[in-house]
Amino acid sequence: MTDQRDSLETATHPENLRRVVIDPVSRVEGHGKVTLLLDENDRVHQVRLHIVEFRGFEKFIQGRPYWEAPVMVQRLCGICPVSHHIAASKAMDMIVGATLTPTAEKVRRLMHYGQILQSHALHFFHLSSPDLLFGFDSDVAKRNIVGIAAAYPEIAKQGVLLRKYGQEVIRVTAGKRIHGTGSIPGGVNKNVSIEERDYLLNDIEQIVTWSQESVGIAQQLFAQNLDLYSNFGRFKSHTLNLVRADGALDLYHGGLRARDMNGDTLFDHYDYRRYWDMIFEDVKPWSYMKFPFLRSLGPETGWYRVGPLTRVTQCDFIPSPLAEEQRKTFLAFDNGKAAGATLGFHWARMIEMLHAAELIKELLHDPDLQGSDLVNTGKRQERGVGVIEAPRGTLIHHYKVDEHDQIIRCNLIVSTTHNNQAMNEAIRQVARQYIDGRKLTEGLLNHIEVAIRAFDPCLSCATHALGKMPLEIELLDVEGSMLSKLTRSAGGVFRDDLGPNVSRAMPDMVGIAHPTKTL
Amino acid sequence: MTPPTLIFAVGNESRGDDALAPLLLRRLDAWLKKEARSADFELIEDFQLQVEHAMDMAGRKMVLFIDAGMDTPIPYAFYRAQAGDARTPYSHALTPEAVLAVYPQIYQNAPPPAFILCIRGEQFELGSPLSPAADSHLDSAMDFMKQLLQETEAMAWEIQAQQQATGDTIKHEACRTQ
Repeated sequence: MTDQRDSLETATHPENLRRVVIDPVSRVEGHGKVTLLLDENDRVHQVRLHIVEFRGFEKFIQGRPYWEAPVMVQRLCGICPVSHHIAASKAMDMIVGATLTPTAEKVRRLMHYGQILQSHALHFFHLSSPDLLFGFDSDVAKRNIVGIAAAYPEIAKQGVLLRKYGQEVIRVTAGKRIHGTGSIPGGVNKNVSIEERDYLLNDIEQIVTWSQESVGIAQQLFAQNLDLYSNFGRFKSHTLNLVRADGALDLYHGGLRARDMNGDTLFDHYDYRRYWDMIFEDVKPWSYMKFPFLRSLGPETGWYRVGPLTRVTQCDFIPSPLAEEQRKTFLAFDNGKAAGATLGFHWARMIEMLHAAELIKELLHDPDLQGSDLVNTGKRQERGVGVIEAPRGTLIHHYKVDEHDQIIRCNLIVSTTHNNQAMNEAIRQVARQYIDGRKLTEGLLNHIEVAIRAFDPCLSCATHALGKMPLEIELLDVEGSMLSKLTRSAGGVFRDDLGPNVSRAMPDMVGIAHPTKTL
Repeated sequence: MTPPTLIFAVGNESRGDDALAPLLLRRLDAWLKKEARSADFELIEDFQLQVEHAMDMAGRKMVLFIDAGMDTPIPYAFYRAQAGDARTPYSHALTPEAVLAVYPQIYQNAPPPAFILCIRGEQFELGSPLSPAADSHLDSAMDFMKQLLQETEAMAWEIQAQQQATGDTIKHEACRTQ
């Protein structure tokens, strides 16, 4: 490999290279695409994950009264509205100068753990299990949730029921299924009644058991495919996460901890209300999405990784017994290699799901949930910062409010933005390992998606996507004439539209993806 | 008692024409109350479809998914939904077909007959109001729903879907193949 190809971020002479674009197009602005530049020998020269980041919300919220923010921000994301609801509420706690009552904090925590549980269950069982259980380049027609249901019916069912339980926790604490209003500036607007508590207690033992078994599945996948799982897309990075004052994993509140790629601490327990002292956002000409970095290390080398893998490996301990036992197993596995692996995200995610289930159980037995002291206020402030550990990683909400109670400035750094460079590093490593010098096939391209999916990115899912985002890759000759078009249909089936037979090996030509129709 | 017909409306009201389904659902709610027929229908609104929505389908006679579409025939398309699956690499949302595919994972039998009403939208920008064209499509969709809901059997809905397909095969296929 030449020196120019070391980073794979920018090719020296892109004009001489073939371009392959993986571009599922959504009907709204948020989507991602991957571009690969290859030479005539199929050597990879450039790999980029482009994310059309959703920034419009920061303008959308301006001019609104601050108390609307916790409800309005739920329209930012269709998959994690609760995370935005809670992060905005924490920021508004600062605006109203409130210290939360025990009941308010515990109801919010319960809501947050419900969100962690349902999000992690959805990701592992529905989005990732087809790759993990069948193999990354297995039959694409089988590599979907229908295939999982046929081959592993109990796993598929448990995934749905775990997700449903998390949604029920959210419904109880937020007041309704969507557009919840449970969390408000300075507290919450409802407690958890005895009836609601008992309803959730009915199934919690089963949920904890299933969560424990899910960690076992993740561990088993590693053990059965040790070399693949340990080395797939592996790269070293700095890390950023919240930790409790005693160093414990805390998904709701804490101080910022950053460590370098060798595990040395850069800062610890830093007050997130001044996050901008430590984190800055860089821009790159080829991406709309910003690239956050640690100020002390600079934009070139200061990028970092957030999310379950970081949290589980960088906390000092997990304050729930079953998850802590699993954390120790994870860290010790294969002399620590799993804890540094990109696919370690899946295992860490299941440990966090178990932790969330344990905490839900613990909270349901806490009488503070039935308390009536719900809201506090204090001295009004003009600036509010709320930070939580959302399912995908650290989530920052930052608002400035004027004397008329209107929001005049908003800055959000979402988990996927924190992981922007890390995801790019992962797919570049995958390109080196699996694509460089080989004829492209659908299975090989899926390796790229597997690496991205490990991070569970949320690319502006501010709306649903009933449109099925089919994938098209058109292969053109140097004059721009189409020689082949590979299409992945809504059913996940690839076909070569220019020929009667399925051809999953892609010709050696320029590929350009075109936007495809969505419903 | 579980209402025999379930209607999902999927969309985000803060995103221009993505509000079509929630707005139609509200009109339907008012109309059903006026007609004293609310007990026969359950109306569920959400931003996205997810796996747990399959559980809402249990015990129903039929299910309707309402959504906005970008390349949908004007003013709307109505067709039968079949179980299928597609993971979307950069989205967490499920298609109606994928929700139907989840159903047998939980209940070990086929889901109830399901249909899709896809209303043509024009723009989906954050903070935008409903476009004038979408507003007109919404009226058309409401007229269609009033007619459709006169029928309470899946077979009658199936005939409606087939009539749409026969009347305008190209439009229907355009929506089905997306």
